[in-house]
Amino acid sequence: MTEVFVEPEFTSAGYLDMELLRFTTAGSVDDGKSTLIGRLLYDSKSIFDDQYDAIKESSEKRGEEYVNLALLTDGLRAEREQGITIDVAYRYFATPKRKFIIADTPGHIQYTRNMVTGASTANLAIILIDARKGVIEQTCRHTIIASLLRIPHVVVCVNKMDLVEYKQEVFEGIRKDFEAFASHLEVTDLHFLPISALNGDNVVDRSTNMDWYQGPTLLSVLETTHISSDHNHTDGRFPVQYVIRPQSTEHHDYRGYAGRIAGGVFKPGDAVTVLPSGFTSRVKSVDSYSESLPEAFAPMSVTLTLEDEIDISRGDMIVGSCDVTPEVSQDLEIMVCWLNEKKLALNGKYTIKHTSREARCIVKDIQYKLNISNMERITDDNDVNMNDIARVTLRTTQPLVFDKYSRNRITGSVILIDEATNTTVGAGMIV
Amino acid sequence: MNSYSLTHLKELEAESIFVIREVAAQFERPALLFSGGKDSIVLSHLARKAFAPAKIPFPLLHIDTGHNFPETLEYRDAWVDQLGAKLIVKYVQDSIDSGRVVEEKGFNASRNALQTVTLLDALEELKIDAALGGARRDEEKARAKERFFSHRDEFGQWDPKNQRPELWNLFNGKKQIGEHFRVFPISNWTEMDVWQYLYQEKIELPSLYFTHQRQMIARDGQLLYASEALNKRPDEVPVEYQVRFRTIGDMTCTGAVLSPANSMEEIIQEVAASRVTERGTRADDKRSEAAMEDRKKQGYF
Repeated sequence: MTEVFVEPEFTSAGYLDMELLRFTTAGSVDDGKSTLIGRLLYDSKSIFDDQYDAIKESSEKRGEEYVNLALLTDGLRAEREQGITIDVAYRYFATPKRKFIIADTPGHIQYTRNMVTGASTANLAIILIDARKGVIEQTCRHTIIASLLRIPHVVVCVNKMDLVEYKQEVFEGIRKDFEAFASHLEVTDLHFLPISALNGDNVVDRSTNMDWYQGPTLLSVLETTHISSDHNHTDGRFPVQYVIRPQSTEHHDYRGYAGRIAGGVFKPGDAVTVLPSGFTSRVKSVDSYSESLPEAFAPMSVTLTLEDEIDISRGDMIVGSCDVTPEVSQDLEIMVCWLNEKKLALNGKYTIKHTSREARCIVKDIQYKLNISNMERITDDNDVNMNDIARVTLRTTQPLVFDKYSRNRITGSVILIDEATNTTVGAGMIV
Repeated sequence: MNSYSLTHLKELEAESIFVIREVAAQFERPALLFSGGKDSIVLSHLARKAFAPAKIPFPLLHIDTGHNFPETLEYRDAWVDQLGAKLIVKYVQDSIDSGRVVEEKGFNASRNALQTVTLLDALEELKIDAALGGARRDEEKARAKERFFSHRDEFGQWDPKNQRPELWNLFNGKKQIGEHFRVFPISNWTEMDVWQYLYQEKIELPSLYFTHQRQMIARDGQLLYASEALNKRPDEVPVEYQVRFRTIGDMTCTGAVLSPANSMEEIIQEVAASRVTERGTRADDKRSEAAMEDRKKQGYF
């Protein structure tokens, strides 16, 4: 039976005022990814007694010496049976300072596709390096993917410091190697931390084994990284998702454009252009459920009304007029990460989804494949298989209104769908 | 003056409203699965927000096991009225009467598993192509693997090994005829988020969530309501306890917790301090380690 202990110092007010950080973890199979997640959850007291009892029992059944925190993250029967992670899972925890969503991605063979999935919505990536091995090819791959996907913050955790006697030289050496490699990439916010996920050094609690390290713990980095400017708040972008026209006498003339702001800030009175039609108008109101707002910004879901009656439907984009204008075109170039066993077909036709617009497209050209170990371009190989990243040229049946992915992750991303199976087969970033 | 940052509740709300609108835009005949529990209350409140000032453009669907708490049904009707939404109710009893399912026997008998058949029949009969549900990923380990848009085959089955990749906020709702989707807009919410949101939005809840005196049977570490529907062992004598419910489902398998919490704020404090997961009170999850996964594969929420 549940007993209830109430901590008197808890007040709900503080909890209502927290930001949300989404992060993903990357590292190869034995780098201790699941252990790190387990440690974060355990040391931040986010594991419940019944969950802990269940993994303790499983660990004992498997004849393991310690309670295997990694078991927390394997939710499917087949994963527990085989001891591997098959698919991305999402975990949640909170501290008094922030709420967190972890995209827990498998480190196995399908690393690229899974990492892309987890990384697509992440503010921050944790890259794990085994202190004994240093910067290896896998580290470079993960970092390149994080850079391609424009994850704004990267935290490099040099793990298993306990196995190198907590030596500062080891950590500094790895940091130097990594910095040399990352200088060729566009990783702007980079942190380095020496940790031991197994023992909990510098994860939630400060390590007593590494006095030479004066920086923050991992949790403290997660709690304090500045994330509110991860969204583009300069270029006004509002993909129209749904048109709201109430069939009631009270709101007979109401015509609202519902959507989620993909960039910039929208205020009543702002001049806007509707693309691709090119009509212009002004914002009459920015509505939420019960009130009109003085302004709204990404990533809020709101409803805009305009001063003029214009024909606008799902798939159109309302654009703030004073900003960088998006491109309107049927031709686009993307870096695509291929997600499916069936390889990408040159001259093949796919359904393309971009913001709220759906069209068909044809693959006109496969320019090159990317060697994601060293960023080199492979031009003499058109076989784009699962987990490959390639630069391709597309022609669409209808014009799309888009930005470069580097400018806006929402208006710059697309997915490709196989028309026969309806499966999502490609994840594309507009170049 | 403005840093343009959103609180976590605002961000979760924006994400959920986006998903709900995607459903209305991408599907012909959606429905919102409503149980009268706090998650489906939050979900329907978000749906109201998503389409205001218009009404919710799809019906609410309640699969009634026949073993609902009377308080739940009373709340349901008042809430639907307030939303101005349309409610469709399908009864597990009808599935039993028509021989589609057979009632479980024994002391742990529950109609929870039978619901799946009634649900799938209802989706087929009403030609529903997207069923919105209030399931959350933090509830249960099999649910942690769930997508926002969860594809179901023509038998309504979930295949955890063959889920569609889901990237950015681009949701792929394409399907063959006969297939459908389950969509979970509050996937990323935790139990705590739900309570904080209910508190923040000042949403009224069924009285079952607040403390009250009730005749209970203590069985296998659980406190079950000694209702007519519960099969009791000869030695089981109901005792009055001061309880509240942390989740609301079928009366025969939803456990209560001992609690004096009488207000939203007290509940939030209690949830914050609790060392047991919410579904720790659900007998149906404890049948085996993969109980939820197995039910989902058969077409459960």
